[in-house]
Amino acid sequence: MEEIKDARGLLCPEPLLITKQEMERLGSGTFKVLVDTAAARDNITRLAKKQNWKIEVSEKEGEFLLVLTK
Amino acid sequence: MNQRNLIILAGSVFGLLAILLVKYGNPPNMGFCIACFLRDITGGLGLQRAPVVQYIRPEILGLVLGAFAAALVSREFRTLGGSSALTRFVLGFVAMIGMLVFLGCPLRAILRLAGGDLNALVGIAGLVAGVALGIPFLRKGFSLGRALPQNKANGYVFVGIIVFFLILLLAKPAFIYFSTEGPASMRAPLALSLGVGLLAGVLAQRTRLCLAGGVRDFILFRDFYLLYGFIAILVVALIGNLVLGNFKLGFAGQPIAHSDGLWNFLGMMLAGLCFVLMGGCPLRQLVSAAEGNTDSAVTVLGLMAGAAFAHNFGLAASAGGVPAAGQAAVLIGFAVIVTLAFFICRANLIAREVSAGGRNKGRAGATLS
Repeated sequence: MEEIKDARGLLCPEPLLITKQEMERLGSGTFKVLVDTAAARDNITRLAKKQNWKIEVSEKEGEFLLVLTK
Repeated sequence: MNQRNLIILAGSVFGLLAILLVKYGNPPNMGFCIACFLRDITGGLGLQRAPVVQYIRPEILGLVLGAFAAALVSREFRTLGGSSALTRFVLGFVAMIGMLVFLGCPLRAILRLAGGDLNALVGIAGLVAGVALGIPFLRKGFSLGRALPQNKANGYVFVGIIVFFLILLLAKPAFIYFSTEGPASMRAPLALSLGVGLLAGVLAQRTRLCLAGGVRDFILFRDFYLLYGFIAILVVALIGNLVLGNFKLGFAGQPIAHSDGLWNFLGMMLAGLCFVLMGGCPLRQLVSAAEGNTDSAVTVLGLMAGAAFAHNFGLAASAGGVPAAGQAAVLIGFAVIVTLAFFICRANLIAREVSAGGRNKGRAGATLS
Protein backbone atom coordinates (compact mmCIF):
# COMPACT_ATOMS: atom_id res chain seq x y z
CA MET A 1 0.00 0.00 0.00
CA GLU A 2 1.41 3.34 -1.01
CA GLU A 3 1.80 6.14 1.48
CA ILE A 4 0.26 9.55 0.84
CA LYS A 5 2.90 12.29 0.81
CA ASP A 6 1.41 15.21 2.64
CA ALA A 7 2.54 18.51 1.12
CA ARG A 8 -0.36 20.57 2.43
CA GLY A 9 0.46 24.02 3.72
CA LEU A 10 3.90 24.08 2.17
CA LEU A 11 4.97 26.86 -0.16
CA CYS A 12 6.85 26.17 -3.36
CA PRO A 13 9.23 24.62 -3.98
CA GLU A 14 8.76 22.22 -1.05
CA PRO A 15 5.85 20.23 -2.53
CA LEU A 16 7.94 19.83 -5.68
CA LEU A 17 11.00 18.70 -3.74
CA ILE A 18 8.93 16.13 -1.87
CA THR A 19 7.47 14.84 -5.12
CA LYS A 20 10.80 14.71 -6.90
CA GLN A 21 12.41 12.93 -3.98
CA GLU A 22 9.68 10.29 -4.03
CA MET A 23 10.01 9.87 -7.81
CA GLU A 24 13.73 9.26 -7.40
CA ARG A 25 13.22 6.93 -4.45
CA LEU A 26 10.64 4.76 -6.22
CA GLY A 27 11.90 4.95 -9.79
CA SER A 28 8.55 3.59 -10.92
CA GLY A 29 5.23 2.58 -9.40
CA THR A 30 2.44 4.63 -7.87
CA PHE A 31 2.36 7.22 -5.14
CA LYS A 32 0.06 9.96 -3.97
CA VAL A 33 0.69 13.55 -3.01
CA LEU A 34 -1.79 15.72 -1.15
CA VAL A 35 -1.55 19.49 -1.70
CA ASP A 36 -3.82 22.41 -0.91
CA THR A 37 -2.91 25.14 -3.38
CA ALA A 38 -3.56 25.31 -7.08
CA ALA A 39 0.02 26.53 -7.57
CA ALA A 40 1.41 23.33 -6.04
CA ARG A 41 -1.04 21.25 -8.08
CA ASP A 42 0.04 22.91 -11.33
CA ASN A 43 3.74 22.76 -10.52
CA ILE A 44 3.63 19.05 -9.65
CA THR A 45 1.57 18.34 -12.76
CA ARG A 46 4.24 20.05 -14.85
CA LEU A 47 7.03 18.16 -13.10
CA ALA A 48 5.22 14.83 -13.60
CA LYS A 49 4.78 15.41 -17.32
CA LYS A 50 8.42 16.37 -17.66
CA GLN A 51 9.55 13.22 -15.84
CA ASN A 52 7.07 11.05 -17.77
CA TRP A 53 4.89 10.16 -14.82
CA LYS A 54 1.16 9.83 -15.42
CA ILE A 55 -0.81 12.08 -13.10
CA GLU A 56 -4.43 12.07 -12.01
CA VAL A 57 -5.85 14.97 -10.04
CA SER A 58 -8.93 14.86 -7.87
CA GLU A 59 -10.22 17.74 -5.80
CA LYS A 60 -11.99 17.51 -2.49
CA GLU A 61 -12.88 20.47 -0.29
CA GLY A 62 -10.11 22.69 -1.60
CA GLU A 63 -7.45 20.01 -1.37
CA PHE A 64 -5.97 18.17 -4.31
CA LEU A 65 -5.00 14.51 -4.30
CA LEU A 66 -2.45 13.79 -7.00
CA VAL A 67 -1.89 10.17 -8.03
CA LEU A 68 1.38 9.66 -9.89
CA THR A 69 2.11 6.47 -11.80
CA LYS A 70 5.01 5.28 -13.90
CA MET B 1 -4.13 27.44 -24.23
CA ASN B 2 -1.32 25.54 -22.60
CA GLN B 3 0.43 26.91 -19.54
CA ARG B 4 3.62 27.84 -21.35
CA ASN B 5 1.86 29.92 -23.99
CA LEU B 6 -0.18 31.58 -21.27
CA ILE B 7 2.86 32.67 -19.29
CA ILE B 8 4.58 33.92 -22.47
CA LEU B 9 1.45 35.93 -23.23
CA ALA B 10 1.31 37.22 -19.65
CA GLY B 11 4.97 38.20 -19.75
CA SER B 12 4.47 40.00 -23.07
CA VAL B 13 1.53 41.95 -21.66
CA PHE B 14 3.58 42.81 -18.54
CA GLY B 15 6.37 44.15 -20.75
CA LEU B 16 3.94 46.17 -22.83
CA LEU B 17 2.18 47.61 -19.77
CA ALA B 18 5.50 48.62 -18.22
CA ILE B 19 6.49 50.52 -21.37
CA LEU B 20 3.05 52.12 -21.47
CA LEU B 21 3.36 53.32 -17.86
CA VAL B 22 6.76 54.90 -18.56
CA LYS B 23 5.38 56.60 -21.67
CA TYR B 24 2.54 58.09 -19.63
CA GLY B 25 4.66 59.34 -16.79
CA ASN B 26 6.24 56.64 -14.60
CA PRO B 27 10.00 56.92 -13.98
CA PRO B 28 12.34 55.62 -16.72
CA ASN B 29 12.98 51.87 -16.60
CA MET B 30 10.47 51.74 -13.74
CA GLY B 31 7.15 51.08 -15.40
CA PHE B 32 6.52 48.51 -12.74
CA CYS B 33 8.74 47.74 -9.75
CA ILE B 34 7.39 45.98 -6.70
CA ALA B 35 10.25 47.03 -4.41
CA CYS B 36 10.30 50.67 -5.51
CA PHE B 37 6.52 50.99 -5.42
CA LEU B 38 6.16 49.40 -1.97
CA ARG B 39 8.85 51.82 -0.87
CA ASP B 40 6.91 54.71 -2.40
CA ILE B 41 3.80 53.55 -0.55
CA THR B 42 5.62 53.60 2.80
CA GLY B 43 6.67 57.14 1.88
CA GLY B 44 3.14 58.10 0.90
CA LEU B 45 2.00 56.94 4.33
CA GLY B 46 4.77 58.97 5.94
CA LEU B 47 6.58 55.92 7.33
CA GLN B 48 9.74 57.16 5.69
CA ARG B 49 10.40 60.81 4.94
CA ALA B 50 12.65 60.81 1.90
CA PRO B 51 10.86 63.54 -0.08
CA VAL B 52 11.55 61.96 -3.48
CA VAL B 53 9.92 58.56 -2.87
CA GLN B 54 6.44 59.24 -1.49
CA TYR B 55 3.36 58.13 -3.39
CA ILE B 56 0.73 55.48 -2.73
CA ARG B 57 1.36 53.68 -6.03
CA PRO B 58 -1.92 52.55 -7.60
CA GLU B 59 -0.10 49.84 -9.56
CA ILE B 60 0.47 47.85 -6.35
CA LEU B 61 -3.10 48.38 -5.14
CA GLY B 62 -4.44 47.27 -8.53
CA LEU B 63 -2.13 44.26 -8.60
CA VAL B 64 -3.43 43.00 -5.27
CA LEU B 65 -7.08 43.66 -6.11
CA GLY B 66 -6.70 42.04 -9.55
CA ALA B 67 -5.06 38.96 -8.08
CA PHE B 68 -7.74 38.82 -5.38
CA ALA B 69 -10.53 38.94 -7.97
CA ALA B 70 -8.83 36.28 -10.09
CA ALA B 71 -8.40 34.04 -7.04
CA LEU B 72 -12.06 34.45 -6.12
CA VAL B 73 -13.31 33.72 -9.62
CA SER B 74 -11.03 30.69 -10.04
CA ARG B 75 -11.99 29.51 -6.54
CA GLU B 76 -8.33 29.50 -5.55
CA PHE B 77 -8.79 31.91 -2.65
CA ARG B 78 -7.83 30.09 0.55
CA THR B 79 -7.10 31.54 3.95
CA LEU B 80 -3.85 29.99 5.15
CA GLY B 81 -1.35 30.96 7.79
CA GLY B 82 0.82 29.95 10.68
CA SER B 83 4.02 29.16 8.82
CA SER B 84 6.78 31.08 10.61
CA ALA B 85 5.21 34.50 10.11
CA LEU B 86 7.82 36.43 12.09
CA THR B 87 10.71 34.76 10.24
CA ARG B 88 9.02 35.70 6.97
CA PHE B 89 8.78 39.30 8.20
CA VAL B 90 12.55 39.31 8.77
CA LEU B 91 13.21 37.74 5.35
CA GLY B 92 11.05 40.40 3.71
CA PHE B 93 12.76 43.16 5.67
CA VAL B 94 16.26 42.05 4.72
CA ALA B 95 15.28 41.31 1.09
CA MET B 96 14.04 44.89 0.74
CA ILE B 97 17.32 46.32 2.01
CA GLY B 98 19.16 44.25 -0.60
CA MET B 99 16.79 45.40 -3.34
CA LEU B 100 17.09 49.07 -2.38
CA VAL B 101 20.88 48.79 -2.52
CA PHE B 102 20.48 47.49 -6.08
CA LEU B 103 17.52 49.81 -6.75
CA GLY B 104 14.86 47.42 -7.93
CA CYS B 105 13.10 44.10 -7.61
CA PRO B 106 13.66 41.23 -10.08
CA LEU B 107 10.90 42.67 -12.29
CA ARG B 108 12.61 46.06 -12.48
CA ALA B 109 15.96 44.35 -13.06
CA ILE B 110 14.47 42.88 -16.25
CA LEU B 111 12.94 46.24 -17.22
CA ARG B 112 16.25 48.03 -16.59
CA LEU B 113 18.02 45.51 -18.77
CA ALA B 114 15.38 46.06 -21.46
CA GLY B 115 16.32 49.75 -21.34
CA GLY B 116 19.98 48.93 -21.94
CA ASP B 117 21.08 49.34 -18.30
CA LEU B 118 23.93 46.82 -18.03
CA ASN B 119 24.11 47.30 -14.24
CA ALA B 120 20.93 45.25 -14.21
CA LEU B 121 22.84 42.34 -15.70
CA VAL B 122 25.18 42.48 -12.70
CA GLY B 123 22.14 42.55 -10.40
CA ILE B 124 20.56 39.57 -12.17
CA ALA B 125 23.84 37.67 -11.82
CA GLY B 126 23.68 38.49 -8.11
CA LEU B 127 20.08 37.26 -7.96
CA VAL B 128 21.08 33.94 -9.53
CA ALA B 129 23.98 33.65 -7.08
CA GLY B 130 21.66 34.38 -4.14
CA VAL B 131 19.13 31.77 -5.26
CA ALA B 132 21.98 29.29 -5.76
CA LEU B 133 23.22 30.07 -2.25
CA GLY B 134 19.78 29.38 -0.81
CA ILE B 135 19.12 26.09 -2.59
CA PRO B 136 21.52 23.96 -0.49
CA PHE B 137 19.52 25.07 2.56
CA LEU B 138 16.34 23.80 0.89
CA ARG B 139 18.03 20.51 0.09
CA LYS B 140 19.33 20.23 3.64
CA GLY B 141 15.90 20.51 5.15
CA PHE B 142 15.18 24.24 5.36
CA SER B 143 11.45 24.69 5.75
CA LEU B 144 9.35 27.40 7.31
CA GLY B 145 6.79 24.76 8.17
CA ARG B 146 3.22 24.22 7.16
CA ALA B 147 0.57 26.84 6.81
CA LEU B 148 -2.81 25.66 8.03
CA PRO B 149 -6.29 26.75 7.01
CA GLN B 150 -7.44 29.67 9.12
CA ASN B 151 -10.71 31.37 9.79
CA LYS B 152 -11.71 32.68 6.38
CA ALA B 153 -12.08 36.27 7.61
CA ASN B 154 -8.30 36.48 8.18
CA GLY B 155 -7.69 36.10 4.46
CA TYR B 156 -9.56 39.31 3.68
CA VAL B 157 -7.61 41.50 6.10
CA PHE B 158 -4.74 42.14 3.68
CA VAL B 159 -7.13 43.05 0.88
CA GLY B 160 -8.93 45.31 3.36
CA ILE B 161 -5.68 47.14 4.10
CA ILE B 162 -5.12 47.62 0.37
CA VAL B 163 -8.64 48.98 -0.09
CA PHE B 164 -7.94 51.38 2.79
CA PHE B 165 -4.78 52.56 0.99
CA LEU B 166 -6.87 53.09 -2.15
CA ILE B 167 -9.34 55.22 -0.18
CA LEU B 168 -6.44 57.29 1.19
CA LEU B 169 -5.06 57.73 -2.32
CA LEU B 170 -8.43 58.89 -3.69
CA ALA B 171 -9.45 61.03 -0.70
CA LYS B 172 -5.98 62.61 -0.35
CA PRO B 173 -6.21 63.52 3.35
CA ALA B 174 -3.61 66.06 4.51
CA PHE B 175 -1.41 63.49 6.28
CA ILE B 176 -0.67 61.59 3.05
CA TYR B 177 2.52 62.52 1.22
CA PHE B 178 2.89 63.09 -2.50
CA SER B 179 6.40 63.68 -3.82
CA THR B 180 6.76 66.84 -5.86
CA GLU B 181 10.26 65.98 -7.04
CA GLY B 182 12.23 62.80 -7.77
CA PRO B 183 11.05 59.37 -8.93
CA ALA B 184 7.78 59.32 -6.99
CA SER B 185 6.72 62.64 -8.55
CA MET B 186 6.82 60.86 -11.89
CA ARG B 187 3.57 59.01 -12.24
CA ALA B 188 1.21 57.86 -14.92
CA PRO B 189 -2.44 58.98 -14.53
CA LEU B 190 -4.06 57.28 -11.55
CA ALA B 191 -6.77 55.48 -13.54
CA LEU B 192 -4.22 54.08 -15.99
CA SER B 193 -1.89 52.93 -13.21
CA LEU B 194 -4.73 51.29 -11.33
CA GLY B 195 -6.09 49.62 -14.46
CA VAL B 196 -2.68 48.30 -15.44
CA GLY B 197 -2.21 47.00 -11.92
CA LEU B 198 -5.54 45.17 -12.02
CA LEU B 199 -4.71 43.48 -15.31
CA ALA B 200 -1.21 42.62 -14.12
CA GLY B 201 -2.67 41.13 -10.94
CA VAL B 202 -5.02 38.87 -12.87
CA LEU B 203 -2.19 37.69 -15.13
CA ALA B 204 0.25 37.14 -12.27
CA GLN B 205 -2.33 35.18 -10.29
CA ARG B 206 -3.23 32.94 -13.20
CA THR B 207 0.38 32.22 -14.21
CA ARG B 208 2.16 32.43 -10.78
CA LEU B 209 4.77 34.64 -12.42
CA CYS B 210 7.90 34.83 -10.23
CA LEU B 211 11.45 35.51 -11.33
CA ALA B 212 13.23 34.16 -8.26
CA GLY B 213 11.07 31.05 -8.64
CA GLY B 214 12.09 30.85 -12.28
CA VAL B 215 15.77 30.75 -11.43
CA ARG B 216 15.12 28.35 -8.55
CA ASP B 217 13.01 25.92 -10.60
CA PHE B 218 15.58 25.95 -13.35
CA ILE B 219 18.41 25.05 -10.97
CA LEU B 220 16.39 22.48 -9.02
CA PHE B 221 14.26 20.88 -11.72
CA ARG B 222 15.56 22.19 -15.05
CA ASP B 223 12.08 23.68 -15.41
CA PHE B 224 11.94 26.71 -17.72
CA TYR B 225 8.26 27.53 -17.20
CA LEU B 226 8.57 30.65 -15.03
CA LEU B 227 11.60 31.89 -16.96
CA TYR B 228 9.58 32.01 -20.19
CA GLY B 229 7.47 34.73 -18.62
CA PHE B 230 10.45 36.89 -17.84
CA ILE B 231 12.09 36.33 -21.21
CA ALA B 232 8.82 37.53 -22.73
CA ILE B 233 8.87 40.66 -20.53
CA LEU B 234 12.46 41.34 -21.56
CA VAL B 235 11.83 40.89 -25.29
CA VAL B 236 8.65 42.98 -25.43
CA ALA B 237 10.01 45.77 -23.20
CA LEU B 238 13.23 45.81 -25.24
CA ILE B 239 11.31 46.19 -28.49
CA GLY B 240 9.14 48.88 -26.89
CA ASN B 241 12.17 50.84 -25.71
CA LEU B 242 13.83 50.58 -29.12
CA VAL B 243 10.68 51.80 -30.87
CA LEU B 244 10.22 54.72 -28.47
CA GLY B 245 13.92 55.63 -28.49
CA ASN B 246 14.34 54.90 -24.78
CA PHE B 247 17.07 52.30 -25.24
CA LYS B 248 20.50 53.41 -24.08
CA LEU B 249 23.17 50.72 -23.72
CA GLY B 250 25.82 51.10 -21.03
CA PHE B 251 26.68 51.24 -17.34
CA ALA B 252 27.01 54.97 -16.71
CA GLY B 253 24.23 57.52 -16.39
CA GLN B 254 21.35 55.05 -16.35
CA PRO B 255 18.06 56.35 -14.88
CA ILE B 256 17.55 55.74 -11.15
CA ALA B 257 20.55 53.41 -10.97
CA HIS B 258 24.16 53.46 -9.86
CA SER B 259 27.09 51.66 -11.42
CA ASP B 260 28.78 50.23 -8.33
CA GLY B 261 29.03 46.65 -9.59
CA LEU B 262 30.01 45.03 -6.31
CA TRP B 263 26.98 46.36 -4.45
CA ASN B 264 24.60 45.81 -7.33
CA PHE B 265 25.68 42.19 -7.22
CA LEU B 266 25.68 41.76 -3.42
CA GLY B 267 22.41 43.65 -2.90
CA MET B 268 20.53 41.47 -5.33
CA MET B 269 22.33 38.34 -4.09
CA LEU B 270 21.05 39.03 -0.57
CA ALA B 271 17.56 39.55 -1.95
CA GLY B 272 17.77 36.33 -4.00
CA LEU B 273 18.79 34.36 -0.91
CA CYS B 274 15.78 35.74 0.97
CA PHE B 275 13.41 35.04 -1.94
CA VAL B 276 14.35 31.39 -2.18
CA LEU B 277 13.90 30.93 1.57
CA MET B 278 10.54 32.72 1.67
CA GLY B 279 9.23 30.97 -1.42
CA GLY B 280 9.12 33.67 -4.06
CA CYS B 281 9.92 37.19 -5.15
CA PRO B 282 7.96 40.27 -3.97
CA LEU B 283 5.54 40.05 -6.89
CA ARG B 284 4.62 36.49 -5.92
CA GLN B 285 4.32 37.46 -2.24
CA LEU B 286 1.78 40.16 -3.10
CA VAL B 287 -0.24 37.76 -5.24
CA SER B 288 -0.07 35.04 -2.61
CA ALA B 289 -1.22 37.50 0.06
CA ALA B 290 -4.13 38.47 -2.21
CA GLU B 291 -5.00 34.75 -2.49
CA GLY B 292 -5.52 34.65 1.27
CA ASN B 293 -2.07 33.59 2.50
CA THR B 294 -1.60 35.60 5.69
CA ASP B 295 2.08 34.58 5.97
CA SER B 296 2.73 36.20 2.61
CA ALA B 297 0.84 39.27 3.86
CA VAL B 298 3.25 39.45 6.82
CA THR B 299 6.14 39.11 4.34
CA VAL B 300 4.79 42.13 2.47
CA LEU B 301 4.66 44.07 5.75
CA GLY B 302 8.28 43.03 6.30
CA LEU B 303 9.17 44.36 2.85
CA MET B 304 7.47 47.67 3.70
CA ALA B 305 9.16 47.91 7.10
CA GLY B 306 12.50 47.23 5.40
CA ALA B 307 11.81 50.04 2.94
CA ALA B 308 10.92 52.45 5.72
CA PHE B 309 14.11 51.61 7.62
CA ALA B 310 16.23 51.74 4.47
CA HIS B 311 15.24 55.35 3.83
CA ASN B 312 14.97 56.57 7.42
CA PHE B 313 18.45 55.30 8.22
CA GLY B 314 20.17 56.11 4.97
CA LEU B 315 20.72 52.53 3.79
CA ALA B 316 19.14 52.84 0.35
CA ALA B 317 21.26 53.55 -2.69
CA SER B 318 20.70 56.47 -5.03
CA ALA B 319 22.07 57.47 -8.41
CA GLY B 320 25.10 58.70 -6.45
CA GLY B 321 25.94 55.21 -5.20
CA VAL B 322 25.56 53.04 -2.12
CA PRO B 323 26.11 54.71 1.26
CA ALA B 324 28.50 53.03 3.71
CA ALA B 325 25.57 52.28 6.02
CA GLY B 326 23.82 50.46 3.19
CA GLN B 327 26.92 48.38 2.50
CA ALA B 328 27.16 47.46 6.18
CA ALA B 329 23.46 46.61 6.24
CA VAL B 330 23.88 44.18 3.32
CA LEU B 331 26.77 42.39 5.06
CA ILE B 332 24.83 42.20 8.33
CA GLY B 333 21.84 40.94 6.33
CA PHE B 334 23.90 38.07 4.93
CA ALA B 335 25.14 37.14 8.40
CA VAL B 336 21.63 37.23 9.87
CA ILE B 337 19.94 35.24 7.11
CA VAL B 338 22.63 32.57 6.76
CA THR B 339 22.69 32.07 10.54
CA LEU B 340 18.90 31.93 10.68
CA ALA B 341 18.72 29.43 7.80
CA PHE B 342 21.39 27.27 9.42
CA PHE B 343 19.53 27.05 12.72
CA ILE B 344 16.18 26.39 11.00
CA CYS B 345 17.78 23.54 9.03
CA ARG B 346 19.32 22.12 12.17
CA ALA B 347 16.09 22.27 14.15
CA ASN B 348 14.22 20.60 11.28
CA LEU B 349 16.80 17.81 11.06
CA ILE B 350 16.62 17.15 14.81
CA ALA B 351 12.81 17.14 14.68
CA ARG B 352 12.92 14.68 11.80
CA GLU B 353 15.25 12.30 13.61
CA VAL B 354 12.92 12.35 16.61
CA SER B 355 9.87 11.64 14.45
CA ALA B 356 11.71 8.93 12.48
CA GLY B 357 12.46 7.25 15.80
CA GLY B 358 8.78 7.18 16.63
CA ARG B 359 5.88 6.60 14.28
CA ASN B 360 6.71 8.15 10.95
CA LYS B 361 3.15 9.10 10.19
CA GLY B 362 0.90 12.10 10.05
CA ARG B 363 1.70 15.69 9.28
CA ALA B 364 5.25 15.54 10.51
CA GLY B 365 6.50 18.26 8.19
CA ALA B 366 8.36 18.09 4.96
CA THR B 367 10.48 14.98 4.88
CA LEU B 368 13.33 16.05 2.68
CA SER B 369 16.73 14.53 2.67
